[in-house]
Amino acid sequence: MSDHPERGTIRAINGPIITIRLPGVRIGEQVRVGHLGLIGEAIALQGDEAVIQAYESTEGVRPGEPAAGLGWPLSVELGPGLIGGIFDGVQRPLQEICESAGDHIPRGLTPPALNREKLWHFVPDPTLRLGSLLTAGTHLGSVQESARIEHRILLPPDHQGELLELAPEGDYRLEDPIGRLRSADGRSHKLKLFQRWPVRTPRPYRQRHPSAEPLITGQRIMDTFFPMAKGGKAAVPGPFGAGKTVVQHQIARWSNADVVIFVGCGERGNELVDVLETFPQLQDPHTGRSLMERTLLIANTSNMPVVAREASIYVGITIAEYYRDQGYDVVMLADSTSRWAEALREVSGRLGQMPVEDGYPAYLASRLAAVYERAGQIETLSGMRGSVSLIGTVSPPGGDFSEPVTAHTKEIIQTFWALSKELADARHYPAIDWVSSFSDHIAVAAEWWKREVGSNWAQRRAKALALLARDAELSRIVNLVGPEALSDAQRWELESALLIKEALLQQSALDPIDTFSSPEKQYLLLKMVLLIYQGGADLIELGVPVQELMELPLLARARRAKQRFSSTETEQLRELNEEIIQAFEEVRMEYAKFKEHRQ
Amino acid sequence: MSAKEYRTARSAHGGLLLVEGVPDVAFGDRAMIRDHRNRQRNGQVIRSAVQEVLIQVYEGTDDLDLERTWIRFLDQPLEISLSPELQGRVFNGIGQARDGRPPIVSPVRRNVNGAAINPAARTYPRKFIQTGISSIDGLNALVRGQKLPIFSGSGLPHNRLAAQIVRQARLVDEESSFAIVFAAMGVSHADARFFEEEFAASGVLANVVMFINLADDPPVERLALPRVALTAAEYLAFDMDRHVLVVLTDMTHYAEALREVATAKGDVPSRKGYPGYLYSDLAEIYERSGRIRDRHGSITLLPVVSMPSDDITHPIPDLTGYITEGQIVLSRELHNRGIYPPVHILPSLSRLMKDGIGRDDTREDHPRVASQLYALYARALETRNLASIVGADELSDRDCRYLSFADAFEARFINQGEEEDRSIIETLNLAWDLLSLFPKEALTRVNETDLAKYHHSGANG
Ligand SMILES: Nc1ncnc2c1ncn2[C@@H]1O[C@H](COP(=O)(O)OP(=O)(O)O)[C@@H](O)[C@H]1O
Ligand SMILES: [Mg+2]
Repeated sequence: MSDHPERGTIRAINGPIITIRLPGVRIGEQVRVGHLGLIGEAIALQGDEAVIQAYESTEGVRPGEPAAGLGWPLSVELGPGLIGGIFDGVQRPLQEICESAGDHIPRGLTPPALNREKLWHFVPDPTLRLGSLLTAGTHLGSVQESARIEHRILLPPDHQGELLELAPEGDYRLEDPIGRLRSADGRSHKLKLFQRWPVRTPRPYRQRHPSAEPLITGQRIMDTFFPMAKGGKAAVPGPFGAGKTVVQHQIARWSNADVVIFVGCGERGNELVDVLETFPQLQDPHTGRSLMERTLLIANTSNMPVVAREASIYVGITIAEYYRDQGYDVVMLADSTSRWAEALREVSGRLGQMPVEDGYPAYLASRLAAVYERAGQIETLSGMRGSVSLIGTVSPPGGDFSEPVTAHTKEIIQTFWALSKELADARHYPAIDWVSSFSDHIAVAAEWWKREVGSNWAQRRAKALALLARDAELSRIVNLVGPEALSDAQRWELESALLIKEALLQQSALDPIDTFSSPEKQYLLLKMVLLIYQGGADLIELGVPVQELMELPLLARARRAKQRFSSTETEQLRELNEEIIQAFEEVRMEYAKFKEHRQ
Repeated sequence: MSAKEYRTARSAHGGLLLVEGVPDVAFGDRAMIRDHRNRQRNGQVIRSAVQEVLIQVYEGTDDLDLERTWIRFLDQPLEISLSPELQGRVFNGIGQARDGRPPIVSPVRRNVNGAAINPAARTYPRKFIQTGISSIDGLNALVRGQKLPIFSGSGLPHNRLAAQIVRQARLVDEESSFAIVFAAMGVSHADARFFEEEFAASGVLANVVMFINLADDPPVERLALPRVALTAAEYLAFDMDRHVLVVLTDMTHYAEALREVATAKGDVPSRKGYPGYLYSDLAEIYERSGRIRDRHGSITLLPVVSMPSDDITHPIPDLTGYITEGQIVLSRELHNRGIYPPVHILPSLSRLMKDGIGRDDTREDHPRVASQLYALYARALETRNLASIVGADELSDRDCRYLSFADAFEARFINQGEEEDRSIIETLNLAWDLLSLFPKEALTRVNETDLAKYHHSGANG
């Protein structure tokens, strides 16, 4: 971007849109406007005027006030100190702002995102030799960012050259040089513990790889029925109150990711506070470390300026890519992509662009696709494996999935966890509807389950889904002609489907035990419900009346198993399964005796 | 403040006044408009450019004669004066006294738009408020600092319910009282009088700050009213350490006023003619509730939203539900059957309930009892539906039990007197009376300890 010393002036203010006269400004450039020094971004040029979208409220700004281009596009700071933090939609550090400025967010503040005073213990990569030629992405050394995350300091993607100097192991601030590099043009560059990257440009990598394993979330309906792969793209659409945010929080809590980035995009402030207050106390079941040691938050709550909402998703995904480049599996959660889309709509409307559907601009679909495309499983510039899994919620107006954001998103993603109002109303949580949800990653997941947990995953999953489908069919009949029209076998199918829902699919995020279900536990519960179904079906075949089966006390025990046995108490679950087999065997024997007696 | 008056209005319609040949006026600043009868109107700049501004006139632009309209710019945003004297007073939508008493004089003046609360400064609301109403306390508990709207429809008793909540709300284990901010937008004279009499009768009038814009008052003023009211609430909560209960009624009239002005401005409409920014605009209001770290007070928000044609997917309730922390939905069907309060249980939700109930706050079985009642009632309603199709004779004994549960639940649990103030323990005990209609094995959402302790085993157990 050019340097242009000219100062411009403001011509007009219309909500978050400010028109300025500033020769030489470029689209995408950051601009400082008004006496308050509000930050914005040039989004259109019209004759000698530029249109700026301001990331802050423009109240009190007047025509005639100054404006100046900053010469760079919206960028983020990438380096140690991100983990555990909470930043706004343009990466201002909210905790620091709170300490310096109080309860409300003042305008015109531009503190650095990362703390400049803090010392980090840097350990240089012992394999590096002075004088050797380093390519972009080379590992320079590491900093222990949190007990959980070793922060790998990489040569920025736009740097390469001869290593002239590398600092010895020791404590450094972010601005301290930790090395020097001579690029091909002979210029020398200082290397630091952090780098900047423009958020609208995806960070480069060597190549993409197909997804190789599922992201384990500890949520049964997701892992067992509609798995998502690491590096995949998923969406959680649903009307308000159906459980979108809880789904995302559950993934943030329990998934086997290395780094979790939660972007609160146009949603409630209290939902971020919930994370900030509870995560430090919670343990990652995969590593035993505090969850906050792998989590960071980006917050543009619904009452914060709309334009920064649009930016927040890009800020989040760029940070996600940065940790991916260090060889980590990163999960980014965006709640809600609809609010992001609405921010696009808001700005395009104020620019007078032609709306195509529901007021959204024509580029909605392509922008959405481009954001989701930044997810993936990749080989980094230095040859490591890393992934970004992107999971967005969608908030369709009136819960209508045919609206533009849901419809376009559905075309893009690979895993669709559709939330249903009916299920949520009946407090069937998670309210993920097994009929309209889908996953394109069954094959990848089946491979993994077979290798890691048990050989029958794919068959059992299919069998359970088939029973649920039968349930829908039979329920329709019941609603037409009444329950009496069903045979005993059919009534047992209904009863078994109900058991699948209650003993397996329903999973309370609030129950200390049930909130996380290890793959082994999921597998055993799945086995349990099918054992019961099969055991009962066999007995009915022999003539045992369904009524007798419905009164078996083991049904209530099966329903309680998920809350009774923790993820590690798999032995007890196995025993329960044995007892179930036993119990059916007993009924069979008794019935045989009874029949003999009658003959 | 500038004394210069401009007589350069070029057009006026829909509450908006376009003025040319003006100096550089700040976006959001106030303006005073003097009409040909020398009457003052209040305005605010909602678009500003070199030489030209667009002003939103709170009293409306009806019968303005552009030739004889003088505009003065006040060089300040819309602010109100704040002091403890607010309590017991009545104001209009822009904070002017409406009770014939002198204006509030105070060195504390604040911009009514506020600034967004830093999420890092918030603290999570966790304190259970007992409203004395079983369908709320038992199943959709309200927590101090929550924003929980009542979704209603014309002719439903949302005002009576809101008044009952205001009257009965208290903490279980503390001597507590709420300061009340009552914000009425476009309500009828009768409704405004109902609330005034309610407050007077329960002796809280001296604790209430009222902001009133009646149905025949200018609609544009409704756009400022909730902001003005919440500025007062913030002052009481975070400067005066009070716990404040804010009733906003009716947000539908607010949103309609917003649509009116948006249409006049030529903003791109999204659903049903409402502007695309309705969501953010409502959020600016609703998100002002809550708790702040290291502050004693809190703001609990009870907006009333009437659903046009009882349609919960209408943009106003829909967007509200996306912002608030749950919703209490009223049902015309229950109302017609004489059940008060006619709370439609299934779509009602309190998102903050989970942290306000349980062993330390209400009783240890509370969360599971709520979940169990929901599960049974949902199933019971399905069964009722089935019975209406195939006839009750076709149903099994198990199904019939669900039917009688639904009836008992509605008649005894949901239904209660307008003066009846049930303690949470009474509510939970009542819940167990109903749960005990089922054998223990049918109750799998409560645990075995709960069953042993509270299930009236015996006949069924
Ligand atoms: N898995 C779950 N377990 C328990 N409660 C849940 C679960 N999912 C959702 N809920 C309940 O539903 C409420 C709304 O969920 P939320 O995720 O906030 O909805 P949305 O984001 O779709 O509006 C939560 O406050 C919680 O009470
Ligand atoms: Mg949500």
